[in-house]
Amino acid sequence: MVFRIIARLDIKSPHLVKGIHLEGLRVLGDPGIFAQHYFNEGVDELHYQDIVASLYGRSSILDLVRSTAERVFIPLMVGGGIRNLGDIQSVLRAGADKVCINTAAVENPSFITESAKAFGSQCITVAIETLMDSKGRRRVFTNNGRQPTGLDAFDWVRRVVDYGAGEIILTSVDNEGTKRGLDLEFVSTVARSFPVPVIAHGGVGCIEHIADAARSGASAAAIASAFHYKMITVKKVKNGLKERDIHVRIENG
Amino acid sequence: MSELKMDKRITIIDYGLGNLHSVSNAFRTLDCEVILAQTACELGESVRIVLPGVGAFSDGMAGLTSRGFDVALRNHCHSGGVILGICLGAQLLMEAGEEFGLHAGLGILPGKVVRIPSEGVKVPHTGWAQLLPPMNQTTLGGVLSTSPVGSWSYFIHSFHILPSSSDMVSATCSYGSHILTAAVQSGRTIGFQFHPEKSGQFGLDLLKRFMESPID
Repeated sequence: MVFRIIARLDIKSPHLVKGIHLEGLRVLGDPGIFAQHYFNEGVDELHYQDIVASLYGRSSILDLVRSTAERVFIPLMVGGGIRNLGDIQSVLRAGADKVCINTAAVENPSFITESAKAFGSQCITVAIETLMDSKGRRRVFTNNGRQPTGLDAFDWVRRVVDYGAGEIILTSVDNEGTKRGLDLEFVSTVARSFPVPVIAHGGVGCIEHIADAARSGASAAAIASAFHYKMITVKKVKNGLKERDIHVRIENG
Repeated sequence: MSELKMDKRITIIDYGLGNLHSVSNAFRTLDCEVILAQTACELGESVRIVLPGVGAFSDGMAGLTSRGFDVALRNHCHSGGVILGICLGAQLLMEAGEEFGLHAGLGILPGKVVRIPSEGVKVPHTGWAQLLPPMNQTTLGGVLSTSPVGSWSYFIHSFHILPSSSDMVSATCSYGSHILTAAVQSGRTIGFQFHPEKSGQFGLDLLKRFMESPID
């Protein structure tokens, strides 16, 4: 199976931003330009995450989605502040292919089922953010790692799959932005336990981290800081994975 | 050798499902005039029609039927019109689909739509795959015949097409140990399981070839 490389862009409209544990956001530039660049380099998918929408209950990202969809002809997933079927409809009509939901699913898990029924489960990705508690258990958070839910992470993953999610993004909030690697233990547990594709996210610093995710059973890796700060490039990642016998898409010419 | 002339006018069916904006964008990038048809009477003189779609088979058929597109599309094909179904749109061309029970499709192509086998793989099939020739052939078929074997295209589906005659398969892809139908074609009726509008430059080139494919 072909392992996917996804460029993840945190958006505080109209900027691409990044932070560590989402304290102290840094503005990195025009997301459209970064997206175009990653597309040219052969990235497999884009993920725009609107990181303020869930706090203010608004989605101001549609213009960016529209303009990206006019230039960049690869799959685009959009998340942040998606609360109801109308929000999903707007985002898909603007040109996105998939939506990523988190808070709305935690508050009302049957929203996952409703959305999958209305739009097809392949459009519905559920994001699960995890933080270790003081007893070493992974707990689920929302609002980009700020809001605790009290839920046990594995248990929540199981429920999300049961409710009909087409794909899961696992974000290790502990590791995100640190470049020390993904939470491979959890990625591997989830990938082995459920039939739904898993995107690993949070902590990629080098190609070996990504290769490890593939070997752990993830279907894709979402990379933010390492790409945006140019620590690694999409091309180098793909070539590096190919050298490690991991099946990836490399276009000729 | 004369240059193939590219048709400029394309009608895209808007039946409440699917990623219209992406499909429209792709054709606009190719300098096509894009007409969005929301009711069957808007199909009018359209020669080339695209049926996009993302979602469940039964919802797709309900969306088409309620707008009169089921009858109009059958008429279009019977009178020699060109149709390109994409993803769910390709599946709806078939006689029946097995998602959430057995449902009738448009019946334009004989065959049915079945669940992707799940042994050893994740479902839905989400991601890129290389287009491979149909069984016992060395090149891709139909409108894909000038595309290199191994061209990368993007798939996101839980079901795939089983035409009643394997002659109609114009491309396949492999997923784990399974071979899936990637494209079907019978005369001027074409179905792509993958999303050409999401398959980068290859996808755009393929849509351009679709627009160039002769009507006669």
